[in-house]
Parts: sequence; C-alpha cells; structure tokens
Amino acid sequence: MATFTSPTPIWKRASSGILYRPEFSVFIGLALVYVFFLVFSSPAYHSQGGTSTWLDPGAELGIVAIPVALLMIAGEFDLSVGSILAGSSMFLALWVGHWHYNTWIGIVLSLGIGALTGLVNGLLVTRTKLPSFIVTLGTQLVLTGVTLGGSTLLTGSSSIDMTASHSAQVVFASNWHQFNISILWWLAIAAIGHHVLVNTRTGNWITAIGGDIETASRAGVQTSRVRIGLFVATGLGAALVGIIQSIEYNGSQAANGQTYVFNAIIASVIGGVLLTGGFGTILGVVLGALTYQVATQGIYFTGWDTDWSQALIGGLLLVAVIANNWFRKAAISRGVKKGERA
Amino acid sequence: MNEIASLELKDVSKSFVGVNALKGVSLRVFPGQVLCLLGDNGAGKSTLIKVLSGVHQPTSGELWVNGKQHSFSGPHEALEAGIATVHQTGGTVPLMSVGRNFFLGEEPTKGRGVFRRYDRRTAEELALRELRALGITNVTDGGALVGGMSGGERQALSIARAMYFGAKVLILDEPTAALGVKEASKVLHLIVQAQMRGVAVVFITHNVQHALLVGDHFAVLIRGSKADEWAKGERTREQVLDLMAGGEAMGDLEEELRVIRGGGSLPTTREEVN
Repeated sequence: MATFTSPTPIWKRASSGILYRPEFSVFIGLALVYVFFLVFSSPAYHSQGGTSTWLDPGAELGIVAIPVALLMIAGEFDLSVGSILAGSSMFLALWVGHWHYNTWIGIVLSLGIGALTGLVNGLLVTRTKLPSFIVTLGTQLVLTGVTLGGSTLLTGSSSIDMTASHSAQVVFASNWHQFNISILWWLAIAAIGHHVLVNTRTGNWITAIGGDIETASRAGVQTSRVRIGLFVATGLGAALVGIIQSIEYNGSQAANGQTYVFNAIIASVIGGVLLTGGFGTILGVVLGALTYQVATQGIYFTGWDTDWSQALIGGLLLVAVIANNWFRKAAISRGVKKGERA
Repeated sequence: MNEIASLELKDVSKSFVGVNALKGVSLRVFPGQVLCLLGDNGAGKSTLIKVLSGVHQPTSGELWVNGKQHSFSGPHEALEAGIATVHQTGGTVPLMSVGRNFFLGEEPTKGRGVFRRYDRRTAEELALRELRALGITNVTDGGALVGGMSGGERQALSIARAMYFGAKVLILDEPTAALGVKEASKVLHLIVQAQMRGVAVVFITHNVQHALLVGDHFAVLIRGSKADEWAKGERTREQVLDLMAGGEAMGDLEEELRVIRGGGSLPTTREEVN
C-alpha cells in the first residue's frame, strides 16, 4: 500500500502510531492513578485481596459500560441502566427467593426485562426523535419506581433474600481466590464489543451514526434499527450485572445499581469515548472502568477521609474530557498522510 | 432529441402548508450532460433537490428516470434508481477513515457466517484507487481520517463514491460554495470527469461563473418557478446575472450604490479618500 512508500523507518512509525492511539493516554492515566495509590495507600491495596477490591467492581462496571460506550459512540445516552440493573436483580430475587421458581428461567426473564426496557428506550428515542438523555432519564425513574413499589407491594419489603441454584452460582458467582467470575464475563463482552466495533459492518454504522447521522442515513444505514439494537444491548448488559449481583449476594435491594447511571458514562469518557459520539474504542473503555475503580477503591486504603474520592474522580473526568478533545484534534490534523489504524 | 433522459421532471409542484415551494417545474438531463440549476437563496433549489433525491414527494407532477415513471418513498429508493446526491456539507464523516467513509453502508467483507468481517484492506485500496482515478493524488493513506482532508477532497470522495456505486445521475448541491478558488476548480474538474463517463450531472449553484464553465444546459429558478432555460452559448454572462437577481438589471444596482456613495462617480470618491 501507499503508506509503505514513506521513507520513515518502520519502528518510528509504529511507535508514533501507538502514541496517537486514544487508548494510550487512557493507559497512561490508569498507570499514573495506580502509581499514586502505590505511594499513598497501605500495602494491602496491592495484595491479591486489595486488587480484587477494584478488579471485581471494575468488571461489573465494565459489563455495563461497554454497551453504554457503543451507544455513546452512536451518539445516544442511556441513563436507565441503573434501574434496569435494580429491576432485573429484584425480579430474580422475587422469582427465586419469594416465589421459589426455577433460577434459570428467572435469569432468562430478568434478561428479558433488560432487553424490553432497551427496546422501549430505543423505540421512544428513534420514533419521537427526542434526546435520549431525557427519554432514558424518564424510563430510569419509571422503572425505579416500579421496582421499589412492586417489591414492597408483593413482599412488604424493598429487600429480598434468595439462594440461586448451584449451576447458576457456578456460572455467575464463582470465585478464584477473591476474583469473581464477572471478570471473565467482562473480558468476553469486551472481546465481542471490540469485534463488533472494528470488524463488522454494524461497527462502521455505529461510528457513522454518531459521527453524522444525516450522512449515515443518506448512505443507506438503518440508523433507527442500529440504535434500537444498542439500547437493547445496554439493557442486557445492565440486567446481566443485576443477575450476577443477586446471585453473588444471595438477594437484592431495590436501591441497587443507581451508581451505574453516571459511572458507566464516566468510565466511557475516561476511556476516550467522545461525549458527542462518533469516536471511541472498547479497549479504552475497559481501561476507563479500571481507572475509575482503582481511584474510588484506592481512597479507602489511604486512611484519608473517603469524601475526597469524588473530587478525585471529578478531576480525572475533567482531565479525560480535555485529553479526548485534544486527541480528536490531533487525530484529524495528522491529516491525509498518516491516520488511524483501526 | 430521441435519446432517453436520465432524469426528467414533468410539471412538478411541491407545496408545504401554505407555501408553494415549487410551481410546475419541468426539467430533463441526458447522459453525459451537465444541467446547471441556478437560483438565488430561497428560489426553491433545496426543495427541488429533495424531490429529485427522494426526500420529498412531489405534490403534483411526474418524475421519470431512464424512461420510466418513478415515485420515491425515500432517499434509499432514489439511490437504488441510480440517483446519487452529494451535499455541500456532510456526505462524509470526519472522524472515520477514507476507506470506511467510501464504503459506508456498502462495506466489503471477507469470510462467512460468524467469521464475516469488514475487509479493511480492500476498502482502503479501492477507495484510494477511485480517488486517484479522479485525479486526487494527495490522499495516500486509505486509513487516514477524512477530517484531515480539504473540502474539495471530501467532495471528491463523495463523488467518487457515488460513481463507484453506479450512479447514473449525480446531483451536486452547491459543491463549490464553501470552497476557495483552487479547491473549487478541483470540483469543476470532477464534474467534467463524471460527465465524460456518461453520468448525467445536475449542478446546483448560484455561482454563474462556475456554471458557465461546465454547463451544457441551464435553468434558472425564481420563487419556485422555472424562469428561463437555455442551451450553452444562448445567453451572455450579464443576461444570466440579471435573471438570477430576479429580473432587476445589475446596472440598476450599480446606479443605486453610486447614489449611496454620495452621487459622485467612483474616481472622484477615490480622490476624496486620498
């Protein structure tokens, strides 16, 4: 190809390519945050147990954040993931713990709640053409209310205990030392997400829709269908974490999951996804979720007042947004001769 | 002419609530011909483009493509009939590569079933080949982001793409409006190249100079109606300018401006400044 006519030695081009990849800055950010806590937190944070305190929640956040990031790349938000997580988690606890039905059927139905909510979100957004921010905020509140009211109505409590079948526990709550199986789920979902975004036609459409929906539509891309599919995916991702948590903690509380509403978006943005859509990588989002959890959990091991963790996350977010903006400009201004190698 | 028109409008009107945007417009364009559609802002050019590209359906009148009557329910159907529209802005996604932009919606793939994947190498090589065939040699990496290309190069990408996917009719909506002189001349080259390949080109512009350079046939829209139509060489530049200004002679404008400047002639004004 024409690129190889360049006289630049290959090692030089390769390294500059890595430097310009958006994940590179995310990785540097993660390394800096980690080193920061290496210095300031107790050695326990860097033991196996300490590592699991950020890796396990990092995985759960990551499972939600990957489809959320894909949706953001397509230019839409999903703020309903928190209530989908709570709703599916509560439903499974109700199904297994209160009604004593089969765990696996309950799992399928819980995933169905996620998919259905995603479908409703997708249809509402694409049909009404209203901003997804406000539409999914609406479904978030509706589903939160239904979960809370429904569980209180049926069981008299907003907290339900359950014990999943053994096979379900193996699949969703196995542990290796303190590391949870959710890490494997997360890696598998990340691999699928990366493949879809980079290697499939759908991935091309997702990026194009977020970059310029008019152009995508004129090129014949089914913009509504792609976005509805992504809303269903975010619903499924949130429902999966709801299921994992119910089985892992042997029960569910209606207030679960609310932190995911913005955390998934924060992890995506720290991971290099443009808030305005049209650009982002799954590897970046994986690193973004880890950065978020290393920073929030690390505070607990420093002996400092944990109130400071929010300030740290806020600072990280601001740095990430500025860095993303810079990287986007740099990627464009590198111009015609060099470019992305995605 | 016995030849069949690539695209023909017969007495097409389009009205929106309370507004008649197009009033009985008839136009035709033949293979290898450049039809220049001139008109001031608000003359109905955008509405006409939207009717041609299937975005709007005409309120009355007929639309014929290659001798067959058509009724488009959306841009996709117009595209299938071989009518490609390249817009002044957009048409490309800045944060996507040349290859990904070129094949957007028509991505080449390799492998089967679960292993079917986007063929990046083929996409980038073909995109570069097509750009080079149109004389765009500055772009050497199919993986480069389109956002780094100039406005003219982006237009070229859209035009190359439309021709690659077999457009018989190319509708260019003000392709030179946002461009500098050099870039605009690049696009004019592209128009002639498309024409030489037998594509029927509808060139929408308000730049009379650009139109006269490449056009074979001309039509002027004024307030939704076709005010005049002529073949190359039948009107002078001044006549065209007067027509576009809505019939008011440019000479009148010159006179009015002179009055504003204080009634004196131009050289006197200059002396006063000195």
